[in-house]
Amino acid sequence: MKLYCLSGHPTLPCNVLKFKSTTIMLDCGLDTTAALYFLPLPLVHSPRLSKLPGWVSKDGAINLEKELKECSGRVFVDSQPEFCLPEKELLDLSTIDVILISNYHCMMALPYITEHTGFTGAVYATEPTLQIGRLLMEELVTFMERVPKAQAATCWKNKEIQRLLPGPLKDAVDVWSWRKCYSVQEVNSALSKVQLVGYSQKVELFGAVQVTPLSSGYSLGSSNWIIQSHYEKVSYVSGSSLLTTHPQPMEQSSLKNSDVLILTGLTQIPTANPDGMLGEFCSNLAMTIRAGGNVLVPCYSSGVIYDLLECLYQFMDSANLGSTPFYFISPVANSSLEFSQIFAEWLCQNKQSKVYLPEPPFPHAELIQTNKLKHYPSIHGDFSSEFRQPCVVFTGHPSLRFGDVVHFMELWGKSSLNTIIFTEPDFSYLDALAPYQPLAMKCVYCPIDTRLNFHQVSKLLKDIQPLHVVCPEPYTQPPPAQPHRSDLMLELQPPPMAYRRCSVLGLPFRRRYERIHLLPELARSLVPSEIKAGVSVATVSAVLQSKDNKHVLQPAPKPTPVPPSKKRKRVTEEPPESLNPKPLLSGAVPLEPFLAMLHKNGITEVKVEETADGHILHLQTEDVLIQLEEDATHIICDNNEPLRTALRDLVLRFLQKL
Amino acid sequence: MPEIRVTPLGAGQDVGRSCILVSIGGKNIMLDCGMHMGYNDDRRFPDFSYITQNGRLTEFLDCVIISHFHLDHCGALPYMSEMVGYDGPIYMTHPTKAICPILLEDFRKITVDKKGETNFFTSQMIKDCMKKVVPLNLHQTVQVDEELEIKAYYAGHVLGAAMVQIKVGSESVVYTGDYNMTPDRHLGAAWIDKCRPDLLISESTYATTIRDSKRCRERDFLKKVHETVERGGKVLIPVFALGRAQELCILLETFWERMNLKAPIYFSTGLTEKANHYYKLFITWTNQKIRKTFVQRNMFEFKHIKAFDRSYADNPGPMVVFATPGMLHAGQSLLIFKKWAGNEKNMVIMPGYCVQGTVGHKILNGQKKLEMEGRATLDVKLQVEYMSFSAHADAKGIMQLIRMAEPRNMLLVHGEAKKMEFLKDKIEQEFSISCYMPANGETTSIVTNPSVPVDISLNLLKREMALGGPLPDAKRPRTMHGTLIMKDDSLRLVSPEQALKELGLSEHQLRFTCRVLLHDPHSDTDTLGRIYTHLKSVLKSYSIQHVSDGTVIVESIVIKVTSSAEEPNLKVILLSWSYQIADSTDTKKKKKKSSFDL
Repeated sequence: MKLYCLSGHPTLPCNVLKFKSTTIMLDCGLDTTAALYFLPLPLVHSPRLSKLPGWVSKDGAINLEKELKECSGRVFVDSQPEFCLPEKELLDLSTIDVILISNYHCMMALPYITEHTGFTGAVYATEPTLQIGRLLMEELVTFMERVPKAQAATCWKNKEIQRLLPGPLKDAVDVWSWRKCYSVQEVNSALSKVQLVGYSQKVELFGAVQVTPLSSGYSLGSSNWIIQSHYEKVSYVSGSSLLTTHPQPMEQSSLKNSDVLILTGLTQIPTANPDGMLGEFCSNLAMTIRAGGNVLVPCYSSGVIYDLLECLYQFMDSANLGSTPFYFISPVANSSLEFSQIFAEWLCQNKQSKVYLPEPPFPHAELIQTNKLKHYPSIHGDFSSEFRQPCVVFTGHPSLRFGDVVHFMELWGKSSLNTIIFTEPDFSYLDALAPYQPLAMKCVYCPIDTRLNFHQVSKLLKDIQPLHVVCPEPYTQPPPAQPHRSDLMLELQPPPMAYRRCSVLGLPFRRRYERIHLLPELARSLVPSEIKAGVSVATVSAVLQSKDNKHVLQPAPKPTPVPPSKKRKRVTEEPPESLNPKPLLSGAVPLEPFLAMLHKNGITEVKVEETADGHILHLQTEDVLIQLEEDATHIICDNNEPLRTALRDLVLRFLQKL
Repeated sequence: MPEIRVTPLGAGQDVGRSCILVSIGGKNIMLDCGMHMGYNDDRRFPDFSYITQNGRLTEFLDCVIISHFHLDHCGALPYMSEMVGYDGPIYMTHPTKAICPILLEDFRKITVDKKGETNFFTSQMIKDCMKKVVPLNLHQTVQVDEELEIKAYYAGHVLGAAMVQIKVGSESVVYTGDYNMTPDRHLGAAWIDKCRPDLLISESTYATTIRDSKRCRERDFLKKVHETVERGGKVLIPVFALGRAQELCILLETFWERMNLKAPIYFSTGLTEKANHYYKLFITWTNQKIRKTFVQRNMFEFKHIKAFDRSYADNPGPMVVFATPGMLHAGQSLLIFKKWAGNEKNMVIMPGYCVQGTVGHKILNGQKKLEMEGRATLDVKLQVEYMSFSAHADAKGIMQLIRMAEPRNMLLVHGEAKKMEFLKDKIEQEFSISCYMPANGETTSIVTNPSVPVDISLNLLKREMALGGPLPDAKRPRTMHGTLIMKDDSLRLVSPEQALKELGLSEHQLRFTCRVLLHDPHSDTDTLGRIYTHLKSVLKSYSIQHVSDGTVIVESIVIKVTSSAEEPNLKVILLSWSYQIADSTDTKKKKKKSSFDL
């Protein structure tokens, strides 16, 4: 059993598990942080961005002014942003049987995996994961296709050139494997391979393995997965949360008794408390609005935004800011808000019970109804005529490299009245802001990451007691920035098995058993005998039938009698296969009862001689010797086959057959 | 012999008060708990005294499962849980859990407030009953207890309708509830995987009907409504507030839009708005098309359909009214019917099945005079039309489901005896499986033949599979030999060697030796050498060793040669073999020896 690690990113995992002849990919996260090396894609022509100077090496030897632009001392690639894909060379992706998706953030690389690789398997995901994942992919595609770039920059990737570039570009790794965004066709084709599953649904893979998604409490439809056979159990924990937000709570007890637990997707900001951050978010927002400024919240179009809106729904009235408009701008804003209301089954109890009234589970329905929240597909069209300031704008993409957020950065960046509040933890906010420097607008960093922290996870692991834990390498050491914080790492006994990109781990499994079914006729024919108290044995002679990885034992067919017409057969060499092999024997043949037995069967003249290990019986009339020892019986008998078999059967009566 | 027992307390050779008891693997499950629309007395509810004469049902039932929100499937639930007494889990899907209490409350109001019955369940009892409900998601495997698991499948009959699979060990039963195998304007078609249950319990409302295409029926319906409205008549469509009503509303709404009709369409209860809300929130339970387009256009927001007020019934001019309940047995629909029945210009369209004893059933059977309460009679002059819109599987659909699930046995409920009989014959003929149709209170037992799951040691299995080759050979089956160890609750099949080791037993060697005399002038060593060469040439597929200590070993047969000093030419060949060597092989060896001798 092996684990191939195609991504080293702890929260955007992509691992492949080979388990009992199946090849299962666990998530396929897309690392979009590579986009930070690129220049933002403005929706409206930006004089500032277009006037940035091109980059030429100091000695003038390398001139890449078409590809690289300099902004406030940093160099950016002027091209369509690219993403870092899961490793494609470690194993043949066409051999993957299934892909299990844990949540919509961890499926963004799906089209790269399922298209143009020969992939023929199935993808399993819950309905919210599929629907919201589709929205996020479509959004990404729209962001890119709305602002087409004439050509792609590639010269800078040349090894000889890259090493001469200023940092951080110089240190970017695997740049040749970076890819630009997929197309809508590829998204549709990839998602057409998704098969929907519900929590606790048992899905059989080829009869060999059963996989089951469990609620992970992180986002709508997010799941952890159990991958098990009758005897082995692997738990895959990805993006889980114990906080009470909108999704159904995390299911923990089913993770118990795992042989191996693969742990990914812990919080990226272990030092920030989500509740505290939410408070800070609200107070900064209120302060800015009161001062007449606008608030920009770069965010994903689904997930924490629902909680933010709910929080603001209560907060704004109490802060006396009830008239401040919220704008949610995204090509999928409407769909995201609508979809969030129809997945009652996937929500926490509290929200679920609202549907029974019947009321929409999320209060943003009311915000929309009362015109406090408005959503627009983009800044073009109705928005430009309808929007009032000061306001709060929720829009993507959180990397600040593409999407409508770029426009607001250009628009509001110069005024210190405005504030940008970062809530998504996926990007370093300083890196995100780099191409907008110098910036007058206030920046507040309130990352809200509801995923498990180290304290919660060690408690969880204590409860569910997996035999072995596998996790990304960063979890096995304190964060580089806080080397003394040994509480911000996993300390386990036995120590977790760490992986990084391109690792191949052998998982510590010893498979000993497999499930087999005895047909009722066979089961009825068995004769159990008690060996010791509570333990019985029966010998089974049967025909094995294996089909679709299911094994069945059926009664052996009666041997067909040999046609008698044949002449005395020549001695053939064929091993006599149809004959049942003889069982092993166990026990001892006690002298006195055996003698009595012989006597009963007409053998009366027996001379018994004691030896070191037992006795030798001399059957005088028959001239047969029988050596009786504790673990052995030896019958020496010449040319009297009927007698030999008779004696054999007498001996067998005293022994157990296995 | 393990068996599954099924006893219908209701819906046995009948439609109404569905309630079926199933015993499987030591577990007792109640499937549905409905009321009968045709009765107003004790027969309204299933006879729970069948389960126990005295008191509460909790200890006799492991769980109750409700397939959908129609009252003939859930109407007796508060009576059963609160008045008879049951505290165990009640399973139903989310939409059913949402809508069921509303219909129960409606039912209670009609019975208690309007008809003045006492000794009926109260609003509080409905609430208490609903607290015992555990929601089910589609395809989720719910572990009721260690052994009993249930799983819901989409049934397409009404919003949230489910079929359910009940499984204990390797035995299983599927109960369909009411289902529909053809997608309609708002719901998808029922679906189940090839789960091969021991028993499939299916409804059989339309056991003998094969309905024409849905489109034809829709066209017919629209034509009739249109004609009546054109000549100034009023159309009454008795429906249940949720379900068929929404489908017909979508149909009329689009038709009105297209034809630019002006006659008002009303929906009788305040439930409409609420009902449509449920449809919106549970849109994942509707059909593909509605789900796909719901963000752009919500199919359940109607422009032409307005709320009905009681006073509108006397308004002049044409109108279309959807009124509840659907079988004209009580409530608003019956009230309007009484008002309009006398005018031949008017029309009543019954879009669904009517239970015996209801006004709906009577008029559908052509009864022209109805006896009403208080000895009054009502002349039925208006046109009565029947349109089968109720979403039950027809004969074709039932056969289709059997093909999907491949059950080993079949049991029919929720239908009329005569029609069932016909379908039963057809099923038995076509699928060669037994089909049962017990009456209420009659128990059917089905013997199951479960195979026995055993843990086989992987070594043994792999060895066997390697020996057997990739494909089984039907002509030369291989017999596998193993030892089954039964200890505590575990059954493990291991190789005999491993069994000995595990049980701490030592092997008992049983060996046989016989002497063969042979005249040979060579030395002992040479004789042995000759035997070796000979055997080597004859027994090519056996492993034969010539050991330096003066023995030849063929598999586990040991051959030695000795001779006495007196007669050096008379060799004594000692042939020693263990019990495990098959006797016939052994005999062959001997024969060979003699042939060598000659």
